[in-house]
Amino acid sequence: MPKPPQPPKYAIETRDLCKRFGDVRANDHISLGIAGGTIHGIVGENGAGKSTLLKMLFGFYTPDSGDIFVCGEPVSFVSPADAMARGIGMVHQHFMLVEPFTVLENIILGAEGSHKLGDAKTAARAALLELEEKFGFDLPLDEPVENLAVGVRQRAEILKALYKGAEILILDEPTAVLTPQECDQLFDLVKLLKEQGKTILFVTHKLHEIMAVTDDVTVIRAGKRVAARKTADTSAAELAELMVGAKVVREVAREKHKEETARLVLQGVGCVNDQGRKALKNISLEVRDGEVLGIAGVAGNGQTELLEVVTGLRAVDEGSIEVSGVVVSQNDFSTDAIALRRMGLAHVAEDRLKTGVVESMPAHENIILGYQREPDFSSNGVLRLKNIAKKAADYFESQDVRPRNTNLKISSFSGGNQQKIVFAREIARDPQLMVIGQPTRGVDIGAVTKIHDQITELRNTGKALLVVSADLDELLAISDRIAVMCEGEIIGTLAVEEADEKTLGLMMAGQKPEPSFSTVGEAS
Amino acid sequence: MAAGAKKLPWWADGLLLPALNLLAAFFVSGLVILAMGENPLEVLSLLLEGAFGFEEGISYTFYYATNFIFTGLAVSLAFHAGHFNIGGEGQAMLGGLGLTFAVFMIGDVSPFLSVPLAIIGAAVFGGAWAYVPAYLQAKRGSHIVITTIMFNFIASAVLAYFLVGPLQRPGGQMPESADFPESSSLMGIHEMLAGLGINFEEGPMNISLLIALLCAVGVWFLLWRTRFGYELRVAGQNQSAARFGGISVSRMTIIAMMISGALAGMMGLNELLGDQHRLVGGFTQGYGFVGIAVAFMGRNHPIGIIIASILFGALYQGGSEVGFEISSITNDVIIMIQGLVILFAGAMPHLFKGLLARIAGKLPNRSSV
Repeated sequence: MPKPPQPPKYAIETRDLCKRFGDVRANDHISLGIAGGTIHGIVGENGAGKSTLLKMLFGFYTPDSGDIFVCGEPVSFVSPADAMARGIGMVHQHFMLVEPFTVLENIILGAEGSHKLGDAKTAARAALLELEEKFGFDLPLDEPVENLAVGVRQRAEILKALYKGAEILILDEPTAVLTPQECDQLFDLVKLLKEQGKTILFVTHKLHEIMAVTDDVTVIRAGKRVAARKTADTSAAELAELMVGAKVVREVAREKHKEETARLVLQGVGCVNDQGRKALKNISLEVRDGEVLGIAGVAGNGQTELLEVVTGLRAVDEGSIEVSGVVVSQNDFSTDAIALRRMGLAHVAEDRLKTGVVESMPAHENIILGYQREPDFSSNGVLRLKNIAKKAADYFESQDVRPRNTNLKISSFSGGNQQKIVFAREIARDPQLMVIGQPTRGVDIGAVTKIHDQITELRNTGKALLVVSADLDELLAISDRIAVMCEGEIIGTLAVEEADEKTLGLMMAGQKPEPSFSTVGEAS
Repeated sequence: MAAGAKKLPWWADGLLLPALNLLAAFFVSGLVILAMGENPLEVLSLLLEGAFGFEEGISYTFYYATNFIFTGLAVSLAFHAGHFNIGGEGQAMLGGLGLTFAVFMIGDVSPFLSVPLAIIGAAVFGGAWAYVPAYLQAKRGSHIVITTIMFNFIASAVLAYFLVGPLQRPGGQMPESADFPESSSLMGIHEMLAGLGINFEEGPMNISLLIALLCAVGVWFLLWRTRFGYELRVAGQNQSAARFGGISVSRMTIIAMMISGALAGMMGLNELLGDQHRLVGGFTQGYGFVGIAVAFMGRNHPIGIIIASILFGALYQGGSEVGFEISSITNDVIIMIQGLVILFAGAMPHLFKGLLARIAGKLPNRSSV
C-alpha cells in the first residue's frame, strides 16, 4: 500500500503478523510498534508465541501473512543474514559461540571479510576496541570463550551483534542464566546502549525485569498481542494478570509444621562428574519429612550431580547417602533407580527433555518410564496396555493436561503440560521423598502455580522434598530452608525467613553468609 | 510451542514418501536406459512381468524377499535400540555356518529334528557373531558401525576357511560343503500348496518365508508389546532417560544386537536349507547390506519391511528376467537400478520430506484451534 513519506515512527513495526504450525496459531495477527532508542519489553508465558515472533523478526521464520517494517520500510527476511543486513542483531538464550575459539574469533565469525584470518583479526580488533570504548565493555578478546563466565559470554554476544552493525538488538530471555549481580550489570549495559541510540527488544517472562529496565512493554498471550503499556503506567501485578488472563495468586498457603524424621541424609558426599573432575565436595545435608529443602546456585555448580547421586544415577566416591535410614549409596556403590523408586523416592528430572521423558514416544509410554516393571504396568514381561492407557487418562484428568490425548508424542505438548505429565507419573505411587530438579523450567505461569501448589501440598502431607531450582523467586516461595551451592560445596543454608535475593545472590557467587559482607563482590 | 516444519500425516510419511523415492529411482534409471538406446517403459514392463507375471517368477520374488525380511528385521531391531548394525552380512555367513554344523551333526534322521536345530544353530551363531561388536560397544565404547563392518570381513574369511578346509566337499575343488542330509531340506511352498490341492509351479520359495513372517510378527510383538521392547526402545531413543528409568543401556545394546544377529543369521535357512542344500561360499550375496535399505524403506516397522522386501525381491527377480530378454541390459544395469533404489529409498529417505511438508503446509487445515 503506497504511503506518503514520513519520518519513521518505529524502529520495528509489525502489522497483522501471523504464523501457524499445524493447528497451532503461534502468532495470530500480531501488530506492534517499537519506537527507536527505547527498551521495549515483550512478556508472555512459555508457548505464548514470543519465540516465534522473534524468529520472524530475525529471519528464521517467514511469516504466513502480515508485514514487518524496519525504520518504516517494509522488509521480507528470508534468513538471519537479511535481518542482520538491516541492522537487527539477536542474542539468543543459548549462546551461539564456538567455545574453543577466542572472543575475537567468535565476533568476526561470518564477517571475516578476507581469506587471510590475520588481516581480518587486526582490522576487527581496532574496530572492537572502539566499540568497547563507546559502550564500556572490557572483554578479554584473546581468551577462549570456554574459559569465560556466562555473563561475560553474553557480553561477547552483544558485542558481536554491535560489531555486525546492529542498531536494533533482540535479547531473548537474557537473564535466564545469570546471577542476580550479573543481571544488574546487564541492565546497566542495556540502559547504556539505549543512551547511545540503540533500540532494545527485551524478551522475558520475569516481570520484575520488565519493570526494572523497559520503557514500553507488549504482552503476548496465546499468540495474540493482548496489551501494550508504558512501563511507568503499569505494574508487575497487572502484567502478570494480562499474561495469564486471570488473577495470579503467587502466595502459597503453607502450614508451619515439620516432622522430625530425617528422610534423606547426605554425609560428606563427594563425587566426580563425567569429565572426571570433582563435582561435589563434602556435601552434608538432610531433608526431613514435611519440609522442602531448596538448593540454589548458578547452573553448573554441582546441583546436577547432587540430583544424580541422590537418585542413584551417579555413584558417590566419598561419604554416604541414606534414604529412610537405609544406606543407598556409598563407596562407588549406588542403588539403582528402580529400587530407589520402590523405596519411595520419586524423581522429577531437571532436564525434562534430555532425561525425564522420551520425546519421540507418546505420552502413555512416557507415563510408565521408571515404573515399567511395576505389576500394574507389565506382567510376565508383557506390557498391560489397557491398564497403561487407563492410568494415562487418569493422570491427564487429575493434572488437567491439554490436549487430552495420551497418544500424542510428548514433544507435541507444551513445556507446562509435559511437566504436568511428569509430575503425575512421579506422585502416582505416593512417594515419601521427592527429588525435583527445576520444577518449573520452561513451564507457563498457569502451570507454575499448579506445580507450586502441589509441592506445598506434598510438604503439608508430610513428604520430604529436595528441590533444585535456578529461580530464586521460586525457591523463596516454596522452600522451608534454602541451601546455596557454589563450586560443588554447600556455601550455607538459610531458613527461608532469613533469605532474600541479595543474600542468596552473594552466596551463589561464593561468599559465605557469615561473617557479614560489606562490599558487593564481582560475580563472575 | 510447535516449532519447525509441519508434521506429515502417517500415510504421507509411510506410503507417499517411499513411493516418491521409488519413482525418483525409476526416473533416473529410465534416463540411463534411455541413454543406452532402450525403451525404459519396455524394461519396466518386462521387469514387472518377470517378477509377478508367472508362477515361477513369483516364487523367485518371494524367495528373495524372504532373505530381505530376515536381514531387514535384523537391521531395524538394532536400529530401535539405537544402533546401526552393518554386520548383517557377516552374521548371516556365521548363521549359515552354524546351520551347517547343526544339520551335519544330526545327520539324516528327521526334518522335525534337523530343521529346528538348524534354526537354533543359525540363530545362535549369528547372535554370537553380533555379540562381540555389541560387547565392545557397550563396555569399551568401540563404535558398532566400524566393528560390525570389520566383522563382515572376518566372517567371510572364517567361512572361506571352513569351505576350503574341514567342511569342503570330499574330493571337491569348489568352496562348498557336501550336500546336506536329505531330511534337512525345507519344504517348498509349491509342495505345501500341492498338499492343499492347489497347483503351483515349482520354485525356490519355501517355508522359511513363513518363518520370516513369523519373525516379523515376533519382532513387532517384542518391540511394542513387551516390557523388554519398551526398555529397548527407550534405550535407543534416549540413553539418559533410559538410565533415569532404571534401564541398563549396555545390557540393551548387547541383547538387541544378539537378537539382530540371530535374525540375520536365519537368512541361511532360506538360502541354504530352502534352495542350495549345501553351504556355499558367498551365499549371502550382499543381502545383509540390502537389509539396511529394506529397513529404512520400511520405516523400521515389520509391515513396512515385508512390503519393502517384496519390492526388492521383485527387483532382483524381475531384473534378471530383463537381462534374458534385452541383451544390452546386462546384470550390471540391473545392479545399478537396485543401487539407485537403495540410494533413494534407503540412503536418502527424507529427500522429498521438506517438499511434501511445504505442500502440506500450504493446504488448508481441516481443524482449527
